[in-house]
Amino acid sequence: MAKTQRKAVALISGGLDSMLAARVVMDQGVHVEGINFFTGFCVEGHTHAIRRRDRARPKRNNALWVAEQLGIRLHIIDIVEEYKAVLLEPRHGYGQNLNPCLDCKTFMVRKAHEWMREHGFDFIITGEVIGQRPMSQRRDTFPVVARESGVGDLLLRPLSARLLPPTRPEREGWVDRERLYGFHGRSRKPQMALAARYGFRDYAQPAGGCCFLTDEQYAAKLADLWAARGRRDYDLDDILLLKVGRHLRPRPHFKLIVGREEGENRFLEGYRKRFLSLRPVSHAGPLVLVDGELDEADLELAARITARFSKGRGAGRVRVAATTPEGGTRELEVAPLAAHEIRPEWYVERRGAQALRAAGAARA
Amino acid sequence: MAREVLDARNLLCPLPVIRTQDRVARLAPGDVLEVHATDPGALNDIPAWCRVSGHRVLEACERPDGLVVVVIEVGDGAGG
Repeated sequence: MAKTQRKAVALISGGLDSMLAARVVMDQGVHVEGINFFTGFCVEGHTHAIRRRDRARPKRNNALWVAEQLGIRLHIIDIVEEYKAVLLEPRHGYGQNLNPCLDCKTFMVRKAHEWMREHGFDFIITGEVIGQRPMSQRRDTFPVVARESGVGDLLLRPLSARLLPPTRPEREGWVDRERLYGFHGRSRKPQMALAARYGFRDYAQPAGGCCFLTDEQYAAKLADLWAARGRRDYDLDDILLLKVGRHLRPRPHFKLIVGREEGENRFLEGYRKRFLSLRPVSHAGPLVLVDGELDEADLELAARITARFSKGRGAGRVRVAATTPEGGTRELEVAPLAAHEIRPEWYVERRGAQALRAAGAARA
Repeated sequence: MAREVLDARNLLCPLPVIRTQDRVARLAPGDVLEVHATDPGALNDIPAWCRVSGHRVLEACERPDGLVVVVIEVGDGAGG
């Protein structure tokens, strides 16, 4: 009698490791489907869609690409709302920036476990490799993920399984432990060799992972947002806007988001009903959104900064239109700030560690 | 056979794919869903999602005004 075909759900990030892990288990006759989580912080997609110069390059969703290469279904789950609790109050704290990697992995495995039970699947696969990532992928954190997610020994890590205690899929013979791997450490060579054996080419290899929270500049902008609001919260528009434009905070109570090119300007246009917006009218220049309340002196400063980033930066006077969210417009004629008057510390993304420490203090 | 339109305009990828997936899960095999999106990435991503999910793409194009239109016939293994 043929034995029952077992079913596994694989966490698919779009990177190589999770692709290989799924494939290794498929090779053993297990039915595999993929699950991919959208947190809002994924490097995938957004920025490429916004910036015009990125549009020339063929754009793809890496998780979908992986699913297609593997010939498996992919279920993409929107977890933007639920993810806030993970990012705002991580039980295990943050990594180098605002990356709550261990809590994040635990949360995703827990969600995959819920999906597994709802859909009658038998176990979960991840592409985790011992020692691959400093916070979440360590020998001592692997049991934490399995325990705190509630999935227990139904979590199989095919790429490092031989170095770990046998899980239920191995003990029950759903998969053959001897045909799994014992990868460890930060080297990518074993994975690349395995990819070559499977004939996988052109896979994504994002530096620093696929999450904006590991990015120092992005984390600094998020920390600044929390500090300015006096509370740690965000919505999807907030986190999308942090991916776009230059972010300057010339005064503690307001920030400017300056479009860097036409694609970004067009994207920012979509937010003119939410923010005061500035745009040079006598010269070509960026769309600038203002986050904060301005008095007359602030508005003049904001207009002079806008003029600085316009084609009129060398002109004596630049006319700038200021439009309220309700649509009321007035024009100001201002002298563009000189280059040296744009203070380096206004650039939020360059504040880096300083902003993160301030956010930590605000939290305490 | 139902024919429905999904407005996924002003959403950035992968949200148009997620909304498509969630709507298709409520449709029956043979139903047709016409998706409208403004993120040019949707032109690649929605058909890719259809291919891995067993749905048929009847039409996928970007109109001169930038609107991406993807017309899907729901396949047999409908649902997410």
